Amino acid sequence: MSALVLIELNGSEVSANSRAAITAASQLSDTIDALVLTNAIDNASQASTLAGLNSVKVIVNDELEHACVEVASGLIAEVMTSYEYLIAGSSTYSKNIVPRVGAILDVQPISDVCEIKSKNTFVRPLYAGNIMATVESSDSKILMTVRSTSFEHSQDGGSASIEELSLTMPESHSTFVSLQESQSERPELTTAARIISGGRGLGSKENFALIDQLADKLDAAVGASRAAVDAGFISNDYQVGQTGKVVAPKLYIAVGISGAIQHLAGMKDSQVIVAINNDPDAPMCRMADLIWHTDLFGAMQEMIDYN
Amino acid sequence: MKIIIPIKRVLDPYTQARVDKQSQTVDLNNAKMAMNPFCEIAVEEALKLQEAGKASETIAVSIGTDKTVDTLRTALAMGVDKAIFVKTDSELNLQPLHVGKILAKIIEQEQAQLVFMGKQAVDNDNNQTGQILSGLLNFSLGTFISEFKLSDDGNSIEVSREIDSGIETRKLNIPAIVTVDLRLNEPRYASLPNIMKARSKPLETIELSSLDIDITPRVKVLSVEESGTKDRAAKEVQSAQELYNELNQLGVL
Repeated sequence: MSALVLIELNGSEVSANSRAAITAASQLSDTIDALVLTNAIDNASQASTLAGLNSVKVIVNDELEHACVEVASGLIAEVMTSYEYLIAGSSTYSKNIVPRVGAILDVQPISDVCEIKSKNTFVRPLYAGNIMATVESSDSKILMTVRSTSFEHSQDGGSASIEELSLTMPESHSTFVSLQESQSERPELTTAARIISGGRGLGSKENFALIDQLADKLDAAVGASRAAVDAGFISNDYQVGQTGKVVAPKLYIAVGISGAIQHLAGMKDSQVIVAINNDPDAPMCRMADLIWHTDLFGAMQEMIDYN
Repeated sequence: MKIIIPIKRVLDPYTQARVDKQSQTVDLNNAKMAMNPFCEIAVEEALKLQEAGKASETIAVSIGTDKTVDTLRTALAMGVDKAIFVKTDSELNLQPLHVGKILAKIIEQEQAQLVFMGKQAVDNDNNQTGQILSGLLNFSLGTFISEFKLSDDGNSIEVSREIDSGIETRKLNIPAIVTVDLRLNEPRYASLPNIMKARSKPLETIELSSLDIDITPRVKVLSVEESGTKDRAAKEVQSAQELYNELNQLGVL
């Protein structure tokens, strides 16, 4: 039984969720290869240093710089003829591609695996994580995405061989126009040890800037509730919750977030939760280890100014 | 251009899901049900396109038992022209691959060029059906979209996708499958006169068995459990100093 891990790159860096996917793969198979889809073979070099990999297969094509889904899914489906498992970290990258591979291979993929019980039995969340289901696949190949908060991240220390595959490029039905990247000097949300998250309680985009200041002070990532995103305080890639990102930092500070079930689903596995809220009855306060009932702005200013 | 909008009836998203221990399923008996919120956004976008004179017909499709008709009526009341009801005799727990195959048949029959659908249903949270459908039909695919623009010649669309690293803009050839994210639009409410009017709009019923699709489950649910949100023994603090002291003691700063 051999496994293929789909590697997601940020530039030439392997994303944290792909490192989690390698760990998940190691629980299913002794032979793990990685697949890198890229526009330059040099981008595969970091993947070859990850522990646990047998070899790194690389497909190089200009269309793959921004992972045209029609092309990527066709290529992966072809590579999968030699593998039983396709494992990818849960992210918008893999969620875009993996189900389309499933359609081509006539396999029902499994999303957001949190635990591997056996070769074909997995635990995954339903209903924003309020329900955990144990599911068994009867497909001949198994395709899955795995939650990066549920598996250790594979470290460096390997020396896998790099092999370039030359396959016929499937037809592309779309063209890349532009990418407006979120610029942030702060830690990445899904891997940060500390997160300061703001909600609708902050009232405005200007007030949300205090969250940024506090994040800088604590070397934390910035997060937000869906309500704060919908209100336009911050862009969607900062959203934590069912329809945003799932996080499990050491410290999660929720400022002015009431705690809808959809938000709690995205952060309830955090090690220490702090609720700063002016409403003592907010559901977030029931989830928290530490509560500060107070005026939000006064509290944040005091935290920013504290030496 | 004909637009298909597949929609799903789900447990009302503001209702807590409960497990029926005996059957090891999520208990939906007497539960409040609603149209999946992402599907409402998909319906709205199709209607906007129709109101701009760019769509010849808008058709909502849903699969399920007789109760599913309520959800289709909601879409008709919002403004779609017609509904297609793929009828099942019992709750089948269809998986995205099955749903994709059913929708692919309907789309081929209707010769639709554009499909708007939710990026995920908030019950099973799979986030797969649109992607699978695009693979089965070999249509272009735009997932997680927050902006949609049809080209002047009507042969392509430009979509903005909300991805982890920011916002990606792509140009897709038509025919296309588009899965919508939250910020695309604000779905309208159905007005009372439109709810009345929806009762006389066409609703076509197709027996699932007549479509000749293998619906053998590929993935079996062995058990379900409520994960609960464990109440933590919360301690109150009164100042930044107190909070920082606590966090230092916990070793998380």
